[in-house]
Amino acid sequence: MKFGVVQFPGSNCDDDAFHAVASVIGKPVEFIWHQSEDLAGSDVVILPGGFAYGDYLRTGAIARFSPVMKSVDKFARSGGLVLGICNGFQILLEAGLLPGAMMRNKGLRYLCRHVHIRVETTDNPFTCAAKKGQVLKIPIAHNEGNYFCEPAMLNGLEKNNQVIFRYVTPEGADAAENDREANPNGSLHSIAGICNRERNVLGLMPHPERAVESPLGSEDGLVLFRSVVASFASHTAVTA
Amino acid sequence: MIETEIKVTPQVAAEHGLTADEYTRIQKILGRDPNITELGIFSVMWSEHCSYKSSRVHLKRLPTKGKYVVQGPGENAGVVDIGDGMVAAFKIESHNHPSFVEPFQGAATGVGGILRDIFTMGARPIAVLDALRFGPVTSGPGAGNATSEEIKRNRQILDGVIRGIGFYGNCFGVPTVGGEIVFEPCYSNNPLVNALALGIAKREELFFAKASGVGNPVIYVGAKTGRDGIHGASLLASAEFSEESQQKRPNVQVGDPFLEKLLLEACLEAMRTGAIVAIQDMGAAGLTSTSSEMASRGGMGIEMDLTRVPQREAKMTAYEMMLSESQERMLLVATRGREQEVFDVFHKWGLDAVEIGRVTDDGKLRILLDGAVAGEIPAHALAEEGPRYERPVAAPNTSGAPKTTGKVPFASDGADLTENFRRLLAAPTIASKKWVTDQYDSMVRTNTRFGPGAGDAAVLRLKETKRAIALATDGNGRWGSLSPREGAMHSVAEAARNVACSGAKPIAATNCLNFGNPEKPEVMWQFTEAIDGIGEACTALETPITGGNVSFYNETLGNPIYPTPIIGVLGLMEDAEFAIGSGFRNAGDKIFVLDGAADKSIASAESFSSSEYAKEIHGIVSGMPPKIDLAAEKRLIDCLVHLAAEKTIASAHDISDGGVAVSLAESCFGSENLSAQVSLDTLGTTLNAETAAYGERGARAVVSVPPSSVVRLRAIAAENGVNATEIGTVAAGDFRIQYGTKTVIQGSLASFHRPWAKSLQEAIENG
Repeated sequence: MKFGVVQFPGSNCDDDAFHAVASVIGKPVEFIWHQSEDLAGSDVVILPGGFAYGDYLRTGAIARFSPVMKSVDKFARSGGLVLGICNGFQILLEAGLLPGAMMRNKGLRYLCRHVHIRVETTDNPFTCAAKKGQVLKIPIAHNEGNYFCEPAMLNGLEKNNQVIFRYVTPEGADAAENDREANPNGSLHSIAGICNRERNVLGLMPHPERAVESPLGSEDGLVLFRSVVASFASHTAVTA
Repeated sequence: MIETEIKVTPQVAAEHGLTADEYTRIQKILGRDPNITELGIFSVMWSEHCSYKSSRVHLKRLPTKGKYVVQGPGENAGVVDIGDGMVAAFKIESHNHPSFVEPFQGAATGVGGILRDIFTMGARPIAVLDALRFGPVTSGPGAGNATSEEIKRNRQILDGVIRGIGFYGNCFGVPTVGGEIVFEPCYSNNPLVNALALGIAKREELFFAKASGVGNPVIYVGAKTGRDGIHGASLLASAEFSEESQQKRPNVQVGDPFLEKLLLEACLEAMRTGAIVAIQDMGAAGLTSTSSEMASRGGMGIEMDLTRVPQREAKMTAYEMMLSESQERMLLVATRGREQEVFDVFHKWGLDAVEIGRVTDDGKLRILLDGAVAGEIPAHALAEEGPRYERPVAAPNTSGAPKTTGKVPFASDGADLTENFRRLLAAPTIASKKWVTDQYDSMVRTNTRFGPGAGDAAVLRLKETKRAIALATDGNGRWGSLSPREGAMHSVAEAARNVACSGAKPIAATNCLNFGNPEKPEVMWQFTEAIDGIGEACTALETPITGGNVSFYNETLGNPIYPTPIIGVLGLMEDAEFAIGSGFRNAGDKIFVLDGAADKSIASAESFSSSEYAKEIHGIVSGMPPKIDLAAEKRLIDCLVHLAAEKTIASAHDISDGGVAVSLAESCFGSENLSAQVSLDTLGTTLNAETAAYGERGARAVVSVPPSSVVRLRAIAAENGVNATEIGTVAAGDFRIQYGTKTVIQGSLASFHRPWAKSLQEAIENG
């Protein structure tokens, strides 16, 4: 299987995602330039963190119009696995591949620190190797991570089990209403990551690629990459 | 707008900050009167900021050579060998005045400028540290006479500066991993914003700013030129501040970190084509300094047609284009015939890249506009033959200039110090900076082994090798005000000690020298004393100075700041696994104080009145800094590096502001809820409990060690001539310090953690 990491002008976690896949997970990976419509035969496409096109106008608002996003859209709608991390998540929202929007963090400040997120469901390719309820320590680094959507949409997300990760306390308990330690940006329902209805597109604000080597503080992000690899292996085995 | 027809007179020269002598010298170099464009060019290149005219004769005294040094001062950044064919480029620079006039953009462009200095050498930036100094943000004895208006304004300046640093670094994609923030009344109207950047490269891929090859194209890349930042270097950075300084806001540049990120990637990619001969970023004095310095270093000339410069605004004059300090621009020399390869890379990244001139052999900087010569100046004279001053030096009448006098009134024997310890922990200089550093991306590029607060130094692992780099900045202005020489030596020693505590061997240094008006003999005295102090300490600790910057005229309304040299020390760790954090690790570990000094005295009444404790609790700043003992510092450093390499100890934290008590508390705060129970009786000669707990003499560190490694710790300490004194144990439960038969500090860990963790955030957000 092969990973592709999209490079927008202003992406700055592209090298980190590449490193996590190539050096830590040990899978083939290639960069995909934003002006290319060729996904280079990738089985999984990662939209990395950063400030695509400077995030001018609104986070992800310009990036969604880049040529590569046409192919990503087609790829996602045909069932391909797409992982949007941080700015990548924001781009997926703007592109309409995931529902909802991001507002500025409640405290109106950029925040970078380790947070705790809980795996809410494992019936998808991104957390299938994790345990339901497992708490992961993973860093965030963003200014606009305050997830928002309309009540009906929120109900739909919950009902369809599309909330994959939720910000929680270190012990895994739900974050209280105004607990900015646990829910750092004030997201609705403490949402940290969601997938689409078809469960092949995931967006999350925390950075799993920064949590794959324990000397750097955590390797809890590994389970995400391992899940993708495992699901791909079983998928291939079934269809072979 | 300045018209080209303005007739240049000595009066006009004076308005450009040039003295009568300097103007005469310009006439002599040219053999005629300069036109207004040429005058503008001379005025920026010969400004204090660009020419180092007051400092250069003294900077020569700094040690700049050593076995690790690949490139010393004189290039865009210093470079050291870090093994396996890799090099590290690093440098610190100030952006003080712009940060006072416009805190957000001033700090942002400070970060942008130092990053360009690194990647212009072919090195990819992997870390930034910021050494910041502000006026008081809380009231209390340590705030001196600061008014509530002043305090409010200082909070706004701090907020703007940290937002600006975050804005730039977060978007650019470089982790902000450390530095320090210190508060003193003297920085109220003159904050210090010093940014240090580190980059790494393969040794053979380094680039230098030396033009060569007659006929080679001179190519302008990056952002378009606008009218922003004109005279930033000469008027903002090279003059004192007055009440009108706020009107200089238009002189502050505006930063675009997204553009700089594109410029970084494009430059590194273009460098790999092999088509680039030389490259330099346009920082202070913009197009003027890049062109004249590249030409001068290569012994060549450069001819540029300004008509071809990408411009943001219409009808810019030659004067404006040459003096603009628009950000995110570079000038490079390519190999003739291969310019298209360079253009292709920059166009791929959506950036302007235009051939605007060529390298010549006549040694002249020649500027054309609309087909006519707009200026012609010998490049070498401009870049290298500026004025050099041996300014008058005079020690002040009193030795040092204490702001207040008096000795600390000590508590009675056996008095409980718990409450005043909590107040000390809440002092902004000592309190946690997490609220600030959480606003910086400290992890991007996934090399951050130790980010802010995790160790005494920031530690970056290197993906290319198993080694790691440690970096720390330090600078004690208060001690500098009492003794510029001793203060400077302590700053070097503390930075090196911090690097050693993290487990790395200190190998090189960079310095940012923040001082008042050099035309005042007593300021010049502070400067020369500090230079000699830095020189002596860097020689003793084997950390040569590889570059840096001088920032004079840090005064507002005639009040100079404390003489504040900031020292950045770089350390090398043979294996990233040797990294030692400052937080305790295991309950049951033994706590030791390592002391490199043979003299057992911790603090005299005189040195104690210069301590953080004396200032914060009693409002006293007097006496003299503790006597520095460089041999003791070196012994301690060698011992710490040795302990790290053998993985003998679990944590290490140096003893500095607030003494051993604060060190112990911080090691607890850095742990998973572990506390310390210690007795200070055996530490050395102390006057009383306060000097034992809060005394700040150098050459000491708190380490924790598993019981099974105590014997090895003692052996390594003895081998290095360092005293190892066991003072207590890491344990759950209360934090407790005993002195004599009495418990002088005791309480739950949380009761000490809260004031330390929350005071800065509460001061800024609720103040």
